[in-house]
Amino acid sequence: MKKFIALLMAAAMLMALVACGNTSTNNGGNDTGDTTGDSAGDGTVTIKIGGIGPLTGDAAVYGVATQLGAQVAVDEINAMDSNIKFEYDFQDDTNVAETAVSAYNTLKDWDVDIIYGCTTTQPCITIAGETFADRYFQLTPSASSTDVTAGKDNMFQMCFTDPNQGVTAADYISEHQLGTKIGIIYNNGDAYSTGIAEAFIAHAGEVGLEVVATETFPNDKNTDYNVQLNACKDAGADLVFLPIYYTPASLILAQANAMGYAPTFFGADGMDGILTMEGFDASLAEGLMLMTPFNADATDDATVNFVESYKKLSGDVTPNQFAADGYDCIYAIYAALQTIDGLADMDHEALCDAMIAAFTSPDFSIDGLTGSGMTWSANGEISKDPVVVVIQDGAYVTM
Amino acid sequence: MSFLNNVITGISLGSIYAIIALGYTMVYGIAKMLNFAHGDVIMVGAYVCFFATGSFGLHPVVGVLLAMVVCTVLGVVIEGLAYKPLRQAPSLAVLITAIGISWFLQNSAQILWGAAPKVFTPVVSGGLSLFGGQLNISYVTILTVVSCLVIMAVLSAFIGKGKMGKAMRACSEDKGAAQLMGINVNSTISMTFAIGSALAAIAGVLMCSAYPTLMPTTGSLPGIKAFTAAVFGGIGSVPGAFVGGLLLGIIEIFAKAYISTDLSDAIVFLALIVVLLVKPSGLLGKYVPEKV
Repeated sequence: MKKFIALLMAAAMLMALVACGNTSTNNGGNDTGDTTGDSAGDGTVTIKIGGIGPLTGDAAVYGVATQLGAQVAVDEINAMDSNIKFEYDFQDDTNVAETAVSAYNTLKDWDVDIIYGCTTTQPCITIAGETFADRYFQLTPSASSTDVTAGKDNMFQMCFTDPNQGVTAADYISEHQLGTKIGIIYNNGDAYSTGIAEAFIAHAGEVGLEVVATETFPNDKNTDYNVQLNACKDAGADLVFLPIYYTPASLILAQANAMGYAPTFFGADGMDGILTMEGFDASLAEGLMLMTPFNADATDDATVNFVESYKKLSGDVTPNQFAADGYDCIYAIYAALQTIDGLADMDHEALCDAMIAAFTSPDFSIDGLTGSGMTWSANGEISKDPVVVVIQDGAYVTM
Repeated sequence: MSFLNNVITGISLGSIYAIIALGYTMVYGIAKMLNFAHGDVIMVGAYVCFFATGSFGLHPVVGVLLAMVVCTVLGVVIEGLAYKPLRQAPSLAVLITAIGISWFLQNSAQILWGAAPKVFTPVVSGGLSLFGGQLNISYVTILTVVSCLVIMAVLSAFIGKGKMGKAMRACSEDKGAAQLMGINVNSTISMTFAIGSALAAIAGVLMCSAYPTLMPTTGSLPGIKAFTAAVFGGIGSVPGAFVGGLLLGIIEIFAKAYISTDLSDAIVFLALIVVLLVKPSGLLGKYVPEKV
């Protein structure tokens, strides 16, 4: 009996293999002569957007946000009376560069036209190298390192670059006299955190800020920050800059509170989301300032609609700025596609060049959830204004 | 004063390692296998307590008990389904299976409860403030150290005396001979897993009370550190796990405070290497007559 089942299983597997083989040869055949246009007779063009990001693992919360944020936009656009329609697929990269390459290959087999992602910096640097060589247009919602775009004309960002955030933070703190003696706690195992911190430290002296303590921790799984906080306290820091993600930040706030240390805490956009943590005591974050391009509590129509649609998809999770950046990415792609003539006859290489031309053209500007009048430079970096919010009574208040 | 503060932080971190290490060392001592899924059972225990107290508004003590029950059942089921069929297999196969279980638990937790971190409400809050607020000792730290000592005493008594304890010691020394003497090796090992998993639930609740973020990967790194602590103190030795955990915590915090935050993990493992070079069985590995 056991042998029979084993045989049956083996046969089933063989069938599956054969089936896979068939599909991939078909795809291979299509690849050479493929054009973007699955254009129907009525002039409708279908563009395949392939997303890559972590849907499982430590960074899953960001990947899922970018996946669903873009989904909201895709659904809206497909419901519009437009001759451009999207097909959308999102592959898991588990925040690992090697897995991201497999995800990318899966999307290529699917005849993807445009790559949306990656969510996180390390995989994005790898995939940007691949898409640059293969000539796919790529737009990332959230991979913010300058290494992502450096030397690759096809790679564009929706988020601020890390150094840009560090400099902006230093300027803002200095202009508004939020503190003079600055302590910094950052994750030196993370390119995002290190990028912001280094730019901040380099710029702080120029704007009259004194950095009295520079403390690091090795990764986001670190749980004890008493040593770092004690060092900031002993150095007399009256403002502590935290260019880190909100998970470690929530521990830092709790531990600072337990030791009776109450400087002004100032975070970057990775801090966004701290109030959405289930069970988080919002009083710990009272007075916390952060730079974020998106405020889910805003009352303008676009934000309200987006938050409502997102909650339907996510099972009542409030969208963070990663989701909003993802939403804006799809609309930016849509706006650029509308400026391109002859879409139906383009393969992904021609489309890539046309998209680059569209994004860098001087009159291309996007109004979205994360900023208005957003434009891109030739090196793929975005230009938009940062918004600083302060947390009061458990909600963001724009400064 | 900052020295004393660092000592207290070290003890606080070390007591968490110690309480996790107790579970590791117990299972290793008797079943002679490294249960790498232990850290993830801790995570499950913490989630159970989180939902019991947070969503259903139960008393923290009820939450802890519920977590212990769920983890005990989980531990026995894992042992029965994954490890029991491999009783005669090479130890490497069991090790790989344990890593597989660890991944399975992490990913199941993510599907069930989502990837977003949750903030655990400590079972006890507040702390002692000494010298006009310059020195703070949280009640969680005190509770953890006391729990560690109590668990250690109870475990030692349980293993040292009584029929079940004797059976465990016999299995630890020689499974084959124990079986010939009429001891049911399988049920003894299942019992070991049940106790180890119940300890994991307590460890999970105390760990998340001290460091209150809870996500599917919460258990993995403390699990590995606690395993290091168990080896440090002499794996298989119950007092060794306690001493190893405390020392590891203090070394880690001192390395961070006085040498370098970047190198603290490297320094911890350097200390482990030095100890193993001098005493290959770990700090207390030799002096304990009965391996637990």
